[in-house]
Amino acid sequence: MSTDIRIKNGLSINIKGVADKELKKVPLPTQLALILDDFHLIVPKLLVKEGQSIKRGQPIFYSKSNEKIKFVSPSSGTLEKVVRGDRRKILEIIIKTDKKDSVFKHKIPNQDKLDKPTIVDLLLKSGCWPFIKQRPFDIIANPDENPKSIFISCFDSAPLGVDFEFILRDQMTEFKNGLKILEKICPKNVNIGLNKDQSFLSNELRDFNINFFSGPHPSGNVGIQIHHIDPINSGESVWTLRPEDVCIIGRFFLIGEYEAIRTIAVSGPPIKNPKYFRTIIGTKIDFVFSKIIFDNNDDYRIVNGDVLSGKSVDKDKFIGYYNNNISVLREGNNYKLFGWIPFINNSVPSIYRSSFSWLSFSKPKDFDTNLNGEERAFVVTGEMEKFLPMDIYPMQLVKECMIGNIEKMEKLGIYEVAPEDFGLIDYASSSKIEAQTIIRDGLDFLIKETL
Amino acid sequence: MNIRGIVDKMKVPFEKGNKLEKLYPAFNAFETFLFVPNHTSKTGAHIRDAIDLKRVMITVIIALLPALFYGIYNTGYQYLYQTGETFTTLDAILHGSYKILPMIAVSYIVGLGIEFAFAVFRGHQVNEGYLVTGLLIPMIMPVDIPLWMVGVSVAFAVLIGKEAFGGTGMNILNPALTARAFAFFAYPTYMSGNQVWVSEASNVDGVSGETILGMLAAGGSTDQFSMMDMFIGSIPGSIAETSTLMVLIGAFILIYTGVGSWRIMVGSVIGAALTGILFNLWGANELMSFDWYNHIIVGGFAFGVVFMATDPVSAAQTLKGKWIYGLLVGVFCILIRVFNPAYPEGVMLAILLMNVFAPTIDHYVINASVKRREKRLNSKLKMA
Repeated sequence: MSTDIRIKNGLSINIKGVADKELKKVPLPTQLALILDDFHLIVPKLLVKEGQSIKRGQPIFYSKSNEKIKFVSPSSGTLEKVVRGDRRKILEIIIKTDKKDSVFKHKIPNQDKLDKPTIVDLLLKSGCWPFIKQRPFDIIANPDENPKSIFISCFDSAPLGVDFEFILRDQMTEFKNGLKILEKICPKNVNIGLNKDQSFLSNELRDFNINFFSGPHPSGNVGIQIHHIDPINSGESVWTLRPEDVCIIGRFFLIGEYEAIRTIAVSGPPIKNPKYFRTIIGTKIDFVFSKIIFDNNDDYRIVNGDVLSGKSVDKDKFIGYYNNNISVLREGNNYKLFGWIPFINNSVPSIYRSSFSWLSFSKPKDFDTNLNGEERAFVVTGEMEKFLPMDIYPMQLVKECMIGNIEKMEKLGIYEVAPEDFGLIDYASSSKIEAQTIIRDGLDFLIKETL
Repeated sequence: MNIRGIVDKMKVPFEKGNKLEKLYPAFNAFETFLFVPNHTSKTGAHIRDAIDLKRVMITVIIALLPALFYGIYNTGYQYLYQTGETFTTLDAILHGSYKILPMIAVSYIVGLGIEFAFAVFRGHQVNEGYLVTGLLIPMIMPVDIPLWMVGVSVAFAVLIGKEAFGGTGMNILNPALTARAFAFFAYPTYMSGNQVWVSEASNVDGVSGETILGMLAAGGSTDQFSMMDMFIGSIPGSIAETSTLMVLIGAFILIYTGVGSWRIMVGSVIGAALTGILFNLWGANELMSFDWYNHIIVGGFAFGVVFMATDPVSAAQTLKGKWIYGLLVGVFCILIRVFNPAYPEGVMLAILLMNVFAPTIDHYVINASVKRREKRLNSKLKMA
C-alpha cells in the first residue's frame, strides 16, 4: 500500500558543493563528545566521573525527568572532560577514545519473544532511545506513551541534502531489522516517506508502509509528511526517527551492541572535494576536516545539520547526535554599498524578482550567511504561507507564539509543527523574522505550562 | 579613504556608551541607507534571501514614479489648457513641479521627522514604510491644498493612524488614506466640490475644477472627455491618480516583482466590474448608467486599488482573505459612487472601510482551518 502526495508550497534551494557519492571511512577519532544542546530540554544526571574508563554502549548520563532514558558512549575510552557553562550547566561530555573497544553487551531474546515492553526496555537500556523523537514538541519521546504512528522520512529535501539511498545502501539488513522492531511497537503504523526517484529503496522496502512525496522542500521534512498522512490532533503523539538511527537500532537487535555508525556528508560552496564520510556519532569535526580541501582561507561557518535548521559549531567541536550532514558556508560579514536597491547586487541569490538572480535561482549558487538586511516588523503579509505546505497559517501562529496565547496556539496547529518546518520561512522573510526560534520558544512555553 | 571608512569614523559617537548613543537609530537609518549591513545570521536559518524591507519599499516607489511624473505634467496641462494660452509640455511640467514638489517635501519632512523621533524615543530602527506613505500622500491630494494642511494631515496619519497603534506593521488603516480622509473631513472646502481639482481653479476665472465623477453626480454630461482621455489621464482629479495607463505600468512593476498582491488588484477589478454591470442594467441615474469599464478607468479607482488597497499591513493578511478583501473593495467603491452623491469618489472610503473589516475576513479564513482541525479531532474521538 502506498500513497502519492504532491507538495506544492515550498522552495528547493540549490547550493554549490553537494557531496559527491564517494564514501570515505574515517578511522576511530581520538576524541568525541555528546553535545547536550542536541537533546532539547534534557537535564543530565551523570553516571560516570571524569577520568573513569568507559565501555562502548555504557550509560554516561540519564535524564533527570525520566531516569529510564539513558545516554551511552559511542566508543570505549575514558571520560576526559565535562564542559560546563553558566550556572554549571553541562554543555558537552568529551570522551577520549581507546583502541581496546570493550563493549557493554546486551542479551537479545529470540525474535518471536520480543514484545513491546521488552523492546522498549531494551531500547532504553541500550541508549538507543534518544533516537526516537516525538511530535508534538520535537523532543525525545516519552517511553510511557503510546504513539499512534511512527514516521521515518528517507529523503532529504533541504539545501545540500544528503542522499539516504546512498547512506543506507550497505546497511539495508540493519535498516529493515530496525523497521521490524519499530513495527512491533506500533503495529501497521510505521510510515516511510520516500521520493519517487528512490527506486532502490522503494523496491527494497516494498513490504513496508511506504508513502511517496514529490515537490519542493520541505517535502522531505517528516512533519510535513505526518501532516499529509496522519495529522496529529491534540492529545496524540507521533514518533519520528532518522533513517540511519533506525539502522543503529536494527544493528543493536542483531548483535546486542550499541554501534553508533554515522555517515556524514560534508558539503558547501567553499569545499573543493565535498563527499561522504563514515565515522561514529560525536566525532571531532577537525578529524573529518583533515581530509577536506577548502578553496581558500576565508572566514567559514560550520553547521551541524542543514543550512536552514542546523546549528553552527566551531571547527574544534563535534559532530551532532542526529545530523547526517555538515554544511560549510562563507561568513557574509561584509558591507554592500546601496545593496538594497532593486537589481543591484544580483550575485546575492534571491527568489524575489527585485533582483535578476531569480532568473537563475534553480542553478547551484554560492550562498553566504549575510542577513541581507535588518530585522523589521511584520509588513509583507501572505509571504509565509507560500513556504509552509500545511493547513496552518504560519504568520498568525508565529504571532501567537510571541504573545504566548496557548489557546490560540493550539487552535492554529502548534502540535503539528517543529522549528525545522519554518526554516524556509526564515530564509524568505523580508522582515528577517526568525520564525524557527519563535516556534521553538513557543513549544517550550507550551511544555512548561501544560506538562 | 573609502566611503565605508568615513562611515565607520562617523559612527563612533553614536555607539553604546558614547555621547550620541540615544540618536543611534537615526544614524543607523543613514548608515543602512548607504550600506546593507554586515550582520550575519545568528539563530535560525543560516542563509537569507536578498530581499529586505528597504528593497520592498523602494520597489513600490519605483512603481509610483510613472504616475507621479504624469501627475506633475497633467497638473500643468489642466491649468494651462483651461486658461487658453499656448503652452509647451515643458511649461506644463514646470507648473506642475512648482505646485507638487513642495508638497512632497513637506510630507517627507513632517512624516520622517515624526518617524525618526519615535524611533529614537522607542530605541528601535527607523522603518522604511514611510518612504512610500510620504510619497503617496501628496499624490492623492487636490493640487491646491495649502502646504500646512498637508503637514497637519501627515502628522495626524503618522501619529494617530500609525504610531498610536504601535508603529509600522501594527496600523489598522492605511496611513496615506488616513491622511487624505483627515483632510477630507477637516477641510472639506479644499478637498471636494467643483473648484479644487484643477490648479488655481478657485483663483482664476474661467478655470473649472470639476472631476468627471463630480459632473456625473450633479447630473451633468461628460461628453468633452473621451474614453482615451480617461485612460491616458488628461482629466481633472487628485494629483497623480488620473492616468490609468501610468497606474497600470506601476501595477505591472508591483505584480512582476511580487511586491504588490495581484489577488487584491484582480479581486477589486472583478468586484467593481460586476457591480458596475449590475448598475448599468438598472440605469436609474447618470452614475448608474456610466459604463462599467469607464468606472474602472476614471477617478481614483485604479490608483487606489493598485497602490493603497494592496498595502500588506492594512489589507487582509491571508492569501484567501486577500481575494475577498479585493472583491469587496471593488464592490463598495462603485456602491459609494452611485448611491452617495456627497461622495462622488468612493475608492478612499471603500478601502478604509475594508481596512477595518480586513481582520474580520482573516478571522473567518483562519477559522476555517481551525474548524477543519477541530472536526478531525472530533471524528477521531467518535471513532474511539
